[in-house]
Amino acid sequence: MKKIWAIFRKDMLIEFRTKDSLNSMLFFGVVVLVIFNFALGSLHDSLRSAAPGILWVAFAFSGTLGLNRVFAAEKENSCLQGLLMVPVDRGVIYLGKMLAATVFMLIAELVIFIFSLVFFNLTVWPEIPYLILVFAVGTLGFSAVGTLLSAVTVNTKMREVLLPLILFPVILPVLINAAEATNIILNSADYGQLKLPLTIMSVFTLVFGTISYLLFEYVLED
Amino acid sequence: MSTRLQSRLDTALEIALFLSMAFALYMALIGAPRERTMGDLQRIFYFHVPSAINGLTAFAVNFAASLMYLIRKNRWWDNLALSAAEVGVLFLGIVLVTGPIWAKPVWFIWWTWSPRLTSSLILCLLYMAYLLIRNYIEDPERKALVSSVFGIIAFVDAPLVWFSIRWWRDIHPSPMLETGGLSPSMRPAFWVCVAAFQILLIYLLRRRFYLESMRTEVERLERQSDVLR
Repeated sequence: MKKIWAIFRKDMLIEFRTKDSLNSMLFFGVVVLVIFNFALGSLHDSLRSAAPGILWVAFAFSGTLGLNRVFAAEKENSCLQGLLMVPVDRGVIYLGKMLAATVFMLIAELVIFIFSLVFFNLTVWPEIPYLILVFAVGTLGFSAVGTLLSAVTVNTKMREVLLPLILFPVILPVLINAAEATNIILNSADYGQLKLPLTIMSVFTLVFGTISYLLFEYVLED
Repeated sequence: MSTRLQSRLDTALEIALFLSMAFALYMALIGAPRERTMGDLQRIFYFHVPSAINGLTAFAVNFAASLMYLIRKNRWWDNLALSAAEVGVLFLGIVLVTGPIWAKPVWFIWWTWSPRLTSSLILCLLYMAYLLIRNYIEDPERKALVSSVFGIIAFVDAPLVWFSIRWWRDIHPSPMLETGGLSPSMRPAFWVCVAAFQILLIYLLRRRFYLESMRTEVERLERQSDVLR
C-alpha cells in the first residue's frame, strides 16, 4: 500500500511541477466542447440531452492524451529502467500509475465539466454528488485499461496514434454506460436507474483491474 | 506430426471441403424450402449464421492461444493466435456484409444499432485493432507478447460490450431480430452449412498458420545468416 502511494506521489509531484500533460488535457477537452457546440449548432434546445455524450467524448479524448504521457514521460532519462529496478511487484507499479492517471483525468474532467456548465447553460446543483460518483467510477474503468494499454504501446512506433486505436474499442462498455448514467442524472432524475450502468462499470473496472494487475509483469519492458 | 502426414491431412481436408461446400450450396440454394414471407432472401441466412459461428470460434481460439503464449512463450502459439484473429476478422466481415444485404429489403434499412449488430461490429473492430497493433512493433518477441495481452483483453471485453448494449437498447426492440426457432424443414440445410463452414475454418486456419510458421522460419534463418556473416 505504501509502495503504491510512493509511485502515485512521485507522479503527482512530477505533474504538478511540470504540468506537462494536465495543461494539454484541459485545453484539448475544452476545444472539443467548443467544436461540438458548433457541430450541434442547430440543436440548441436539445443541448442538455446531447451534453452527456459530448462530455464523455471530451473526457475520453483528453484522457487519452494523458494516458499517452503516463509511460512516455518515464522514457526520458531512462527513468523507466530505474522504475523497473525498484524492488516491488510490477503490479504495484501498475496500481500506482493507474491511480495517478485517474486523478489527472478527474482534475481535467472537473475543469471541462465547469466549462460545459457555462457553454451549455446547465444548472446542476442538486445532481452534483451523483455526477461525481459516475465520473469517478467511469474514470477508474477508463484508466484501468488505459494504463495497461499505455504500457503496451510505450515502445512502439507512432504510439500516440496507436493508443486511441486500440483503447477506444476496448473502452466502449465504460463510455456507453457512463454516458447513459450521466444522461439519467441530467435528463430523467430517476436515480434508481443508475444502479445498472454503475454495476456494469464497476464490474468492468474490477475485471480489467485484476487482469491488468496480473498481466503487467509481462508487459513492462524498457 | 510429420510433413508427409500433414500434407495428407491437407489433401483430405481439401476434398472434404470441396464436397461439403458443394453439398452446402445445393442444400442452401435448392434443397431448403422457400421462406413464406421473405422468399429466397432468407437463404442468405445459411451463410450468415455459420460465418458468425466461425468468427466466434476463431476468436475463442485466439484467446486460448494468447493465453498459452503467455504461459509457454513459444512462437507456435503466437502464430496460431495471429492466424485465428485474421480468419476471425474475415468471417466476421462476411457476417457484417451479408447482414445489411439481407436487412435492406427486409427491415428497409441497411443498419440499425441493435445489440447484436452493434456488438458484432465492435468485436470486429477489437480484432482489427489486434491486427493493427502487430504492424507497429518490430521485435518479434515483443510483438507476440503485446498482441497476446491484447488478445486476452479483447476476448474478455466482448461479453462486457454485449451486456452494456443489450440492457440499454432493448427498450426499443429492433424489428424481427429474433424470429423464434428455425423451422424443422430448414434445419438440415442449416446444419450442413455449419459443418461445411467449420471445415473451411479449419482449412483456412491451417493454411494461414502454415504461412506464418514459414515466415517465422525465414526470419530465424535470416538472423542466423547475419550472425554467420
